[in-house]
Amino acid sequence: MQNADVEAGRNRSLVYFSTKSGNTHRFIQKLGLSAQRLPLNREEPTPRIEQPYILVTPTYGGGYAEGAVPGQVIRFLNDEHNRHLLRGVIAAGNTNFGEAYGLAGRIIAQKCQVPLLYRFELFGTDDDVAKVRKGVEEFWKRQAQSLTT
Amino acid sequence: MTTMQRLSRVDAINWNRLQDDKDLEVWNRLTSNFWLPEKVPLSNDIQSWNTLTQQEKQLTIRVFTGLTLLDTIQSSVGAPVLMEDARTPHEEAVYTNIAFMESVHARSYSSIFSTLCATRDVDDAFRWSEENPTLQAKSELILERYRSDDPLMRKVASVFLESFLFYSGFYLPMYWSSHAKLTNTADLIRLIIRDEAVHGYYIGYKFQQALAEATPERQQEVKDYAYELLLELYDNEVRYTESLYDEVGLTEDVKKFLHYNANKALMNLGFEPLFPSSVTDVDPTIMAALSPSADENHDFFSGSGSSYVIGKAVATEDDDWAF
Ligand SMILES: [Fe+2]
Ligand SMILES: [Fe+2]
Repeated sequence: MQNADVEAGRNRSLVYFSTKSGNTHRFIQKLGLSAQRLPLNREEPTPRIEQPYILVTPTYGGGYAEGAVPGQVIRFLNDEHNRHLLRGVIAAGNTNFGEAYGLAGRIIAQKCQVPLLYRFELFGTDDDVAKVRKGVEEFWKRQAQSLTT
Repeated sequence: MTTMQRLSRVDAINWNRLQDDKDLEVWNRLTSNFWLPEKVPLSNDIQSWNTLTQQEKQLTIRVFTGLTLLDTIQSSVGAPVLMEDARTPHEEAVYTNIAFMESVHARSYSSIFSTLCATRDVDDAFRWSEENPTLQAKSELILERYRSDDPLMRKVASVFLESFLFYSGFYLPMYWSSHAKLTNTADLIRLIIRDEAVHGYYIGYKFQQALAEATPERQQEVKDYAYELLLELYDNEVRYTESLYDEVGLTEDVKKFLHYNANKALMNLGFEPLFPSSVTDVDPTIMAALSPSADENHDFFSGSGSSYVIGKAVATEDDDWAF
């Protein structure tokens, strides 16, 4: 990757996982930012990412840490190369789960030492989409700045 | 109308041969969430209950009676009609779990009553529920769809019950909890709220699967019917809310909670939310009451947490994570 690209804020990208219900996929579509989907099928090889990215993931289960992060996401992050390019995480969930709302995001943030950037419910409202679009853009700008200083 | 393939014969269920992975995922989620009211020490709320005024007690009992009616409908009519429409044996099995948990929910309200309330006050509230026109109207609007021969609208009605109609009631225990009252009762209600989220999500998912197979004309028709039903339920829900909460001055705040949850019900069906964010700004203390021991919100983007707040430690299964 070229440093010039990073400085210009290019190469920003999202990686996401979405189950068959497709809520997270729909959120990504509404964002309209370039994004790579992790394979749903566990038999498929997990992709290798070549640039810094933000991960968007749903939360599984009904409030327990065990199983909250989808297995496909764990497999992807178990690849050290992928993990080192992770810059932040956005998690989907439901406030009905109380403190476990977006729990997958909290677990990943903690394990990978990156910020949990945002949480949204189901496929996100227009407000969520606007906030994340703006937030992601500013986030990459700040990242680029911190690299040049 | 599209005819859906129902299960016409009974074969032994094989959970190792799934037609839809979602069935097992949700089954596992529901079974690991299983609970009984005995788990919650409701009697610790007796002292707190006695601090409520007679009017507040009556409101609380009425609200819980209304919730009991919805759980009873879902257990004895809703889940069984969905079972008839099931397209995989595993889907059918998930509805048996939902039906049973609705009975547990309905049972729980009676546990609250027998622990905290005077028998006569409870009897009065049940009589009130049988005569209250707006409560009866919402029950009738749902039952009408359950009795219809339209499997898609049965699921729509069911998701509205699960994800929208309960919330005029759920508001009150969250309100008490935010005032440090009836906190054990609130713990129990939070278990119910968690279950209802999975129910609404799953039935909504099955609805979307079935709708995707319909013709574009039929899809549009169902979507129109769904919004129509939501608005009809909403108008009635506003009247129900006023009849309960006007006297304690909470109606406007409850309505925001209704808007917020109506949007989520629509999203569970795959439809766009209806109410703009200007009317879904639920009082933060109510949102906080939904997750009592959570750390502050994680809106990193809007700068509410400018440092890299990573949150409190959560134990995870480390063998899954190689690093
Ligand atoms: Fe219920
Ligand atoms: Fe339910």
